[in-house]
Amino acid sequence: MNILVCISKSPDTTSKIAFSNDNTQFDDNGVQYIVNPYDEWYALVRALELKETLGGQVTIITVGTTTDEAIMRKALAIGADEAVRIDADPKDAYYTAMQIAHYAQSNGFDLVLTGKETINYNGSQVGGMIAEALDAPFVSLATKLEVNGTTIQLEREIVGGLELIEVALPVVVSCAKGMAEQRIPNMRGIMAARTKPLQIIAPQAIEELTNFIQFSAASSKASVKMIDADNMDELVALLHSEAKVI
Amino acid sequence: MILVYISSQNGISKSAFEAVTYARKLDSEVCVLTCGSASEAQLSAFGQYGAQKVLVDRKIDGSDAQQLTKLISQYAQELNASTLVFTHDFVGKAIAPRVSVKLKAGMVAGAIALPEANGSIKVNVFSGKASGFVKVNSSVRIISLLANSIPLELNETACKVEEITANTGDSKIKVISVKKPDGAIPLPEAEIVVSAGRGLKGPENWGMVETLAQTLGAATACSRPVADIGWRPHHEHVGQTGVAIRPNLYIAIGISGAIQHLAGVNGSKVIVVVNTDKEAPFFKAADYGVIGDAFDVIPKLNAALVKFKAANN
Repeated sequence: MNILVCISKSPDTTSKIAFSNDNTQFDDNGVQYIVNPYDEWYALVRALELKETLGGQVTIITVGTTTDEAIMRKALAIGADEAVRIDADPKDAYYTAMQIAHYAQSNGFDLVLTGKETINYNGSQVGGMIAEALDAPFVSLATKLEVNGTTIQLEREIVGGLELIEVALPVVVSCAKGMAEQRIPNMRGIMAARTKPLQIIAPQAIEELTNFIQFSAASSKASVKMIDADNMDELVALLHSEAKVI
Repeated sequence: MILVYISSQNGISKSAFEAVTYARKLDSEVCVLTCGSASEAQLSAFGQYGAQKVLVDRKIDGSDAQQLTKLISQYAQELNASTLVFTHDFVGKAIAPRVSVKLKAGMVAGAIALPEANGSIKVNVFSGKASGFVKVNSSVRIISLLANSIPLELNETACKVEEITANTGDSKIKVISVKKPDGAIPLPEAEIVVSAGRGLKGPENWGMVETLAQTLGAATACSRPVADIGWRPHHEHVGQTGVAIRPNLYIAIGISGAIQHLAGVNGSKVIVVVNTDKEAPFFKAADYGVIGDAFDVIPKLNAALVKFKAANN
């Protein structure tokens, strides 16, 4: 089983979100980058579990600059065999997906896994885009994945429920909660990751179909109005006449 | 002309009508494309929100995004659609990115508003901690719309339902079984959500949360720890790693409001927080706060609501 896991860096979940250059750029001054949690906890860990039972190899790939090497080392420390970086500053989902699809096409994988979305841009687009470029099936928001010879069985979220499905390899899957549990790298993994080579690949010429022209930090709430626990009639009246939500 | 893809397999959801309302505000010509077995009467309801035409392919069931991509791309080209609209849910996330590649059309994922004067479209970024404006550089654009982002607006239009067959090939995905929670309002679509956390002390105490939700016509949700210890099912977990919601009213009971929980609910228009700890961080993100014990406050709030409903009906 030859598995490609797409990872992305994202700011630590407790980071303060601010913008620079007239609100056109994310200000990452003092921001600690981590492996996007969905990519790490669900996609990468499930890939490693499959490798452990079925054999094969797990390659992680990211589209990014030298600042991404820390998250690549982290993925290697958790257990990935190889790490590839397409040397480019990712601009939009299409650009990112086409770079990864090009690599996947030239190297051949049974399974391509992504997290369900990144926690910075939340688009949930890259997996589906890679699948279309590879002309492969795409299963989005999968919560379980079992390999059964040349087919896989997956549980995926659908509107208001869950669906159990079967599909032949190769396939692209975006992974959601339930797929696997977070793994903490051990000392041996961390030491081994230090010396594993990182493959750096020049990007393909791909245009951007979209770009962010402006950001704005969420406006903070006006101060909270406190209501006495013995006066729920007042809360109901406020929800009706002031907030107009009931 | 705007083409809206809608899933109609399990009935037609409110977010589908929102997508048509949104499309109608972009252009007077709106065509809905769907597949499956929904009746003509069900499908012509899109006319109420401004669609002139509904195209339905009865031969495919909608489980394979690859088939749907072929169907949607074919009709987008035939109809010369300038914009394609999807719902940003399990359906849109599976299909819209594929169509974006197939048509080389830039995609705005999770739009929360109509386009600005400069053509850019607002989306949530950093899990709701900020917003961004996306500009599409291609001639055709794809917009997937987040539920509860635009109020429904009636726009009674004569609507024709037409059956079509597209050359989509066979489905590569075999559906073995489907599990559906019983009849509850899907969480991302609910206008009012009542959510509870560890402050409830045990799963046996959820009855009063459900009663309150029933009084309000609300969906129920929970915090991550409560789903992790198995008090509530995982599909109710709202937050960064669970479901992100943006209801009109979010009532959080016995939830402290960790930053990861807030990331899933900070799109809510109005937030009410009930907590025994007056230092709970959630109060900083709330519009209304009540310091008190869930076991005391929930029944009182429910009684006040019942009284209010009786007086206003």
